[in-house]
Amino acid sequence: MKFPDFDYVSPASLDEVLAILAERGDAAQLLAGGQSLMPILAFRLSAPEILVDLKNVPALDGIEIADDGVRLGARVRWRDIERDASLNSAHPLLVEGTRNISHYQVRNRGTVGGSLALADPAAELPGIAVTCDAEIAIAGGAGERRVMAADFFLGAMATSLAPGEVITGLRLPAWPVGRRWSFMEFSRRRGDFALAGVALFYDLDTEGRATGTHMGVIGASDHPHRLTSAEAIINNSRLDDAAISAAALAASEAVDPNEDIHTPADYRRGLVKTLTGRALHEAASR
Amino acid sequence: MLIKFEVNGAAVEADIEPRQSLADCLRETLHLTGTHLGCEHGVCGACTVIVGGEAVRSCLMLAVQADGESVVTVEGLSNDEALSPLQAAFRKNHALQCGFCTPGIITTAHALLTEEPDADADRVREVLSGNICRCTGYIPIVEAILAARAAYGGKQ
Repeated sequence: MKFPDFDYVSPASLDEVLAILAERGDAAQLLAGGQSLMPILAFRLSAPEILVDLKNVPALDGIEIADDGVRLGARVRWRDIERDASLNSAHPLLVEGTRNISHYQVRNRGTVGGSLALADPAAELPGIAVTCDAEIAIAGGAGERRVMAADFFLGAMATSLAPGEVITGLRLPAWPVGRRWSFMEFSRRRGDFALAGVALFYDLDTEGRATGTHMGVIGASDHPHRLTSAEAIINNSRLDDAAISAAALAASEAVDPNEDIHTPADYRRGLVKTLTGRALHEAASR
Repeated sequence: MLIKFEVNGAAVEADIEPRQSLADCLRETLHLTGTHLGCEHGVCGACTVIVGGEAVRSCLMLAVQADGESVVTVEGLSNDEALSPLQAAFRKNHALQCGFCTPGIITTAHALLTEEPDADADRVREVLSGNICRCTGYIPIVEAILAARAAYGGKQ
């Protein structure tokens, strides 16, 4: 389990990073926290010629809370999110989702940009980004572009990031006071990859009915996605037991789980149903 | 590549290949074999060291990434004269058997209690989920870490 041979550079600016990517093409691999890249290298699933460490690129740092939402720099670590007490009100769904990510030691190094770029189907942040209509900021040779999370994740470990591009940050739309929400996932042991997970939120109208419902799922399809048929059932409802049961069933019918060594597909589908029901009950009781 | 960093309070230099992990640098280049390597892909936690005050897996970090950093290994958490409070608590509570996982658990517990001296049993268990121990069943480890809190300024 030794890493393949590679060169290493740690440029001091984003422009330098982009120049190296332009010059070296596929031979270059970006390195941020390394918490997924290092195992990939250890297993020799990838053999880049050069690692481009982003650790000296300050433009990728920082958590900003503004009127238009929460902006996370690509190098923000899970630990930075856990430590930022103002996020508890500015984006409680993000904070709760982050608590479910891997283990203590990994959370000290794993980053926002790394998780988005890897696009593991079971990863928490991509699921939260899709659920919240977040926008991913990307820098490339042709300048900056922004892409909606729903258009970014194409499949397992596949994104719309083009060669030579770097994720610079993620912007989650503003979180209004009084929003109801829940994040739930199931894994066999704490910190393991989720076998399935659900993120959701809605607001209440003046009549006490749900409005603007957003529901998303991880781990149960080849990429995170919204559960629009379940959202439609919750919208305008008062989250009575019948609505919750119907939405949970709709959610389980909207996923396309893999059959793998961990679980049969039906088990993951069942998890989505159970987790959706529990999450809606939790959101309603907040 | 020549890197300069601090290990257990002492300035060190190492001439290493970029592909060398921090764990291998500590063990093979600096001969600090207290840091153990179990899985070498970030699952078992045996190689946990403290970088910049935070517990990290040294098998998932390149030694070149430690350039300019301050690293503490299990060797830095003991002295030859007497057991540290954390070591004493592990001994008293029988919190180790074969001892392979112990360096990673000691470093993890030290980082945790330094930052969160009042960590409760649930928090200790949550943090310990990143360290695999096949001997103890974890219960005595949790008890030892809770017992050591007072030495870090936490509640008894």
